[in-house]
Amino acid sequence: MPQEIGRQYKEILRQYVMRQTEQNLYAGQNFSRQLIQKNIAPEDVISIHKAALEEMFPELPMNVWHSFDLLIEMMIRYGLAHAEHQSLIQQQEEMKVEMDLAANVQRTLLKTTVPELSGLEIGLVSVPARKMNGDYIYFLSDNLVNAGVAVADVIGKGIPAALCMSMIKYGMDSLQDATSDPEKVLDIINRIVEKSVDDDMFISMFYGRYNVEKSIFTYASAGHEPALFFNAKKDEFSELHAKGLLLGVVPNVIYKQHEVKMEIGDFVVMMTDGVTECRTDEGFIEQEFIASLIHSLRHENAQTIVDSVFKELEKMQNFELRDDFTLVIFKKTS
Amino acid sequence: MVKGFISGEIDAFTAPVLREKLATVQGKEGLQAELDMSDVSYMDSTGLGVIVAFFKNINANNGHVKLTGLSPRLKRLFDITGLGEIMDIETDDKGGN
Repeated sequence: MPQEIGRQYKEILRQYVMRQTEQNLYAGQNFSRQLIQKNIAPEDVISIHKAALEEMFPELPMNVWHSFDLLIEMMIRYGLAHAEHQSLIQQQEEMKVEMDLAANVQRTLLKTTVPELSGLEIGLVSVPARKMNGDYIYFLSDNLVNAGVAVADVIGKGIPAALCMSMIKYGMDSLQDATSDPEKVLDIINRIVEKSVDDDMFISMFYGRYNVEKSIFTYASAGHEPALFFNAKKDEFSELHAKGLLLGVVPNVIYKQHEVKMEIGDFVVMMTDGVTECRTDEGFIEQEFIASLIHSLRHENAQTIVDSVFKELEKMQNFELRDDFTLVIFKKTS
Repeated sequence: MVKGFISGEIDAFTAPVLREKLATVQGKEGLQAELDMSDVSYMDSTGLGVIVAFFKNINANNGHVKLTGLSPRLKRLFDITGLGEIMDIETDDKGGN
């Protein structure tokens, strides 16, 4: 094979020395691509050049041949750098495959089923900015009377965040009771998280539970974005404020729950800061804008609202999410 | 007493720089630290993580952290996360907000 390469190179060189045309230069460019593909090191390319020259112009002075030996020596470092680069590319590809696998495991592990209760519509959209999602949604429901939802945002992204999430999942799994009070849920998860995370990692979480029989939405927050409540009769939004410290900062926190009565057409919008901290080239997207966007969609069903809001905000950010984006709506329909 | 001035945007890209800088004063017994944040134009949750880690470290060593000059936007972040209740925070009232 090297002999064949040498022959081809000599031919290209001969053509170019005779006629310095663009076409001949282009042939050389193409040929270098082939050499890269075949992993021919830069110093070898110079050896090939030197050999071709020796055949074509054997009468060149000795000085010229010596100079090539120096050049070959100099190119060896470039060759090593190139080899290193190649191996990095390969490693990166291996990492990518592993990331894909991990993202798949995450998706399977963290799968949650949207509850189906008569009288309540649930809309959900959760899109990661990168491969692994730092937002987490967990539904806890008896599919009869109570539908609970945990909306969590793990600070820190990527793999550490994903690992952290399995902790929440297993904490939530251990509850197994859809009637659990939000303040108790947050207390339990906080104790689990506080024991097991690094100092600069923490989680914000909102827990809401809707009771179909009483039409009451009960909620508590651990340092999470306030949810928005839409009152259909008054045709206005209000923030569902609930004080409470982030999960994982200190072990003993008392979370307080609040409740709001829902009428037909009312809905609660829960989100992560990927929604409220949307930024475009011109600055932040204001919360009033998001509220007015949701308002314009208020008569649609819950899933249509979240899908449309996501599409609109994604478009405004030039289809480039800076942060994981999660939006959940609980809407009372009867 | 150590006084620090932070300026610019604190996000996933710049937070490690801040973390390193803060690490140089961490671990001292009874440190009184004050961070002036009046020139911070934006901070995301990663930045918040750095501040919280610093707060936890200084507290564990019987020290005290005070944050000053918070813009309304930053103040909201500390209020929502409940950190405003456990940390010593002074808002920037120059703007009259």
